[in-house]
Amino acid sequence: MSSGIEAQVLQPYKYGFVTDIESETVPPGLSEDVIRLISQKKGEPAWMLEWRLKAYRNWQKMPEPHWANVQYGPVDYQAISYYAAPKQRPKLDSLDQVDPKLLETFEKLGIPLEERKRLAGVAVDAVFDSVSVATTFREELKKHGVIFCAISEAIREYPDLVQQYLGSVVPYNDNFFAALNSAVFTDGSFVYVPKGVRCPMELSTYFRINAESTGQFERTLIVADEGSHVSYLEGCSAPVRDENQLHAAVVELVALDHATIKYSTIQNWYPGDEEGRGGIYNFVTKRGACRGRASKISWTQVETGSAITWKYPGCILQGDDSIGEFYSVAVTNQRQQADTGTKMIHMGKNTRSTIVSKGISAGRGQNTYRGLVKILKGAEQARNYSQCDSMLIGDRCGAHTFPYIDVRNSTAIMEHEASTSKIGEDQIFYAKQRGLSAEDAVSMIVNGFCKEVFKELPMEFAVEAQRLLGISLEGSVG
Amino acid sequence: MTGKGKRETGKVLLEVRDLHASVEGREILKGVDLTVRTGEVHAIMGPNGSGKSTLAQVLAGHPAYSVTAGQVLYEGKDLLAMAPEERAREGVFLAFQYPVAIRGITNAYFLRAAVNAIRKHKGVEELGPVEFMDALEAKLTAIGWDSSYLTRPVNDGFSGGEKKRNEILQLAVLDPKLAILDETDSGLDIDALKTVAQTVDKLRRPDNATVLVTHYYRILTHIQPDLVHVLAAGRIVKSGGKDLALELEEKGYDWLRTEPAVA
Repeated sequence: MSSGIEAQVLQPYKYGFVTDIESETVPPGLSEDVIRLISQKKGEPAWMLEWRLKAYRNWQKMPEPHWANVQYGPVDYQAISYYAAPKQRPKLDSLDQVDPKLLETFEKLGIPLEERKRLAGVAVDAVFDSVSVATTFREELKKHGVIFCAISEAIREYPDLVQQYLGSVVPYNDNFFAALNSAVFTDGSFVYVPKGVRCPMELSTYFRINAESTGQFERTLIVADEGSHVSYLEGCSAPVRDENQLHAAVVELVALDHATIKYSTIQNWYPGDEEGRGGIYNFVTKRGACRGRASKISWTQVETGSAITWKYPGCILQGDDSIGEFYSVAVTNQRQQADTGTKMIHMGKNTRSTIVSKGISAGRGQNTYRGLVKILKGAEQARNYSQCDSMLIGDRCGAHTFPYIDVRNSTAIMEHEASTSKIGEDQIFYAKQRGLSAEDAVSMIVNGFCKEVFKELPMEFAVEAQRLLGISLEGSVG
Repeated sequence: MTGKGKRETGKVLLEVRDLHASVEGREILKGVDLTVRTGEVHAIMGPNGSGKSTLAQVLAGHPAYSVTAGQVLYEGKDLLAMAPEERAREGVFLAFQYPVAIRGITNAYFLRAAVNAIRKHKGVEELGPVEFMDALEAKLTAIGWDSSYLTRPVNDGFSGGEKKRNEILQLAVLDPKLAILDETDSGLDIDALKTVAQTVDKLRRPDNATVLVTHYYRILTHIQPDLVHVLAAGRIVKSGGKDLALELEEKGYDWLRTEPAVA
């Protein structure tokens, strides 16, 4: 213990296997032709292709953003393949036709898709590289009028809904990575919950990157109509590789009058090795619009993976009395870097937002909280409560906090609390003196630190999140 | 019979021989000898800075202290060669002078993790939450405490007195062979002291032993020690029966400084 609380003996990433499956990959490079090819493969209508091309033309004029507190070499966008799909694309309606290798892959990841093994009460959309391979419980959901399917399918089957809402929260030219995503997105999930329906089960999407030298660009759109309620969870993982793979997703949420959307993320992309080789660049735009009166959007994220994370799930609180929430645990170990936080834009009257951010840094990890709370002129009596806690394990990591507060209405009430703590030898010794191992002690201390966030996760996943946190910090304490 | 006056019958549980220990290069313990048998209660008294807490911490294996010479045998095994968690699992318990807070983790959860770590070590089946709570309730009733402590986070937001009580609750639940109480009595009001002392006294058995590190005679009015030792400048300078504690209460420690050490 003398050399400090961090022997760098690291547990290998547990989801790093590669599925050996024949896949159809377009050659690396990005051009209008590639976009046309993707659109054609997806069987998209003309408006969709036009939208993609508009995004692409904008993207070409945009500079890559570098204001985040992370460092990485230049990304060669022409060296990435923008489409990869397992061959013999299965029909979505029947699992019998899904390649057994794919079923096996998801089973290995703890996401059984076969009827008899399915997680009770959770409908899963499984996305493998650029395509959705299966969506479970669709019929059951349809009975309640809930649409849950791959977005590529939604574009074909429910074009009016998609056209009405796609890009309405995150426009195609919102930012560099969102524009790129709009041009080349391949799959993702679409959810529509009709008026007054409480979605009878948890919805979830599991994203798996498998193919080499590809990027993953998924797009998710969730629309909760008046008075409806839905809870959605996404999980993800990728093989161990020396190269950096780009993941640039866009998630848009729309909540109408009195609707509630709860969106949870357990992000476990490959983080790279202890020297910082490989790992996913996780550059994601997530935003929800509380468009209706008294609507509510709640983001909960547990971010343990990725070499670099750049993501700020936010809420635009347009409707009066609407509520935005952001609960986050971000872990950076080894040489991981995260710059993450939220944006809460208060427009409507009596809008409320809550931000609880827990950053944990170990190894040489760098963890930054960046958050914007903006109260616009018309947002009478808006309230925000922010709490940013950082925990340091060892003495080579860093924690940074950049809160931005912009208030333009004097009736607003803002609270901000922040703390930084260090797992001390005394805490670990105390737990050891009661018989616990150092690993168990750290896991317990960290889980206690994150409790306020974990309790926001759907119960089925809270345990998974705790376990994951234990794994990503394994070896960080000597 | 709780062991009073029955020293010869107990087995040697702990044997400290010529123990030297230092912290940050400064020698604090300068040759401590101590033999504790099962069934016994020992009181270690002494002025501030004499090394009492250091002795307690060294026995528990705190990494900040380094042992420079000497030997400690626990049940005949080399205690100093064991990791702190191994010592705990083998039945060595330290009630901390300054208990540490763990945010967000309830006492019940923490205690179960500790109990199960020890059970696992012994090759006994671990307890599930429900079984554990049942066992715990029984323990609480036996020592006359309510369960309000269990749902609170470990020492988080506890008053000084509550933290000390919480150490004793852990002692009662973990049921060690050797309990070392590091100034558990300081910071307690008279009533709390009485409860704590009575609990410790109830836990006395012919097969366990207690080492009380204390500044004050007061706690010894509730727990009868078999032996009282005076630690001064890193060595035990005098040992005796309960009367020695009384004598210290009256005369203070200064008179001992002039006496030759009983090494």
